[in-house]
Amino acid sequence: MSKILITINGKEYSAEAGKMVLEVAKEVGIYIPTLCHYEGIKAQGSCRICTCLIDGRKMTACTTPASHRMVVETNTEELEKIRATIVELLFAEGNHFCPACERSGNCELQALAYRYKMMVPQFPYNFPSRDLDATNPKIMIDHNRCILCKRCIRRKKEKDNPSWFVFKGRGHKTQINIDHELIDKEFDDKLAQEAMDTCPVGAIIRKEKGFDVPIGSRKYDKDPIGSDIKKQGVIL
Amino acid sequence: MSKPIVATTSLAGCFGCHMSLLDIDERILELFDLVEFNKSPIDDIKTFTKQCDIGIIEGGCCNSENIHVLKEFRKNCKILISVGECAIMGGLPAMRNNNASITECLEEAYLNCVSVQANEEKIIPNDEELPMILEKVYPCHEIVKIDYFLPGCAPRADLIWNALVALVTGNEMDLPYEVVKFD
Repeated sequence: MSKILITINGKEYSAEAGKMVLEVAKEVGIYIPTLCHYEGIKAQGSCRICTCLIDGRKMTACTTPASHRMVVETNTEELEKIRATIVELLFAEGNHFCPACERSGNCELQALAYRYKMMVPQFPYNFPSRDLDATNPKIMIDHNRCILCKRCIRRKKEKDNPSWFVFKGRGHKTQINIDHELIDKEFDDKLAQEAMDTCPVGAIIRKEKGFDVPIGSRKYDKDPIGSDIKKQGVIL
Repeated sequence: MSKPIVATTSLAGCFGCHMSLLDIDERILELFDLVEFNKSPIDDIKTFTKQCDIGIIEGGCCNSENIHVLKEFRKNCKILISVGECAIMGGLPAMRNNNASITECLEEAYLNCVSVQANEEKIIPNDEELPMILEKVYPCHEIVKIDYFLPGCAPRADLIWNALVALVTGNEMDLPYEVVKFD
């Protein structure tokens, strides 16, 4: 495997060629926030949260392959501002009622808002008219909370076709829908949990389970998102 | 120097944020040393008797009376703080903003709901004395200017305490990660 040299935040690291900037940064213990990216599935770079300054340009770290002599800045003031604004936009765009959500405390969008100390979005709330589909006995989908990251669709498609979830509509009317026929055939509690875990927010919810971890011991109650990425890389 | 004057109110809220304020426990004695309360459910003063320094708003605006009270607070307070999810984004009352019209909400509450039993004349309350319900629930900062926001449902007692003390004493706010939560 050929090695490359890459500079991240002023420090030089050696990395394997062909990996994405996001992975390289993670390996050396630098956290770059992500939302639409999910470990193990091909990145699509749609949420733009992982935007970094790569060789002077703003590019998504999850879709840019690391190359030799690349210079990356991951956390300049401007980048952090852009990321905070994206989070605020997502909060204002959907109906994110955190106190009533089963995912609260384990939600990646909420955790990012905590990270950027969002007290209130700078944008007026949109309050879009959206419904939810709770007809399946195992799983429900709440379009109010969906941020259209497509993780649920991409994950299943890549592992074994076809997907449990499908896109419906275009533009701001896009919705993730459940493929009821397929899900009725093969769904059990384990797969429902898997589908729920793929969702960064509380849009896909496994039924008959929720609020089972007390406030104070949920994933992002004490430790900010990204604090589990420990330093393990080799500095040259 | 006289003590800063604090006013509080609950608009379309559940009084949970006020309960959370009381959750500062024995520090309430310190609080009364630090500030004086004016219009507030805590001392039961119903109308403003003087200009206040800090106004604490709980709950969003779901009817005409909420708007009236909120504008009164803006007029009478130098600093307004939105406390809790309802004041900041409408909260649970704002869940009706999503799909239901006000007519549907009222019909569900007074006519169609399974628990409605005694309303044989099919009356939806519409007395002149009752405040008009708004078509939508509004966060407070979409009605008047709000200076500070303390999220939470309810905001942790430490969050309210830290913010209030910082504001009154003129120190920088110390808001640790654990106390700023949306639920």
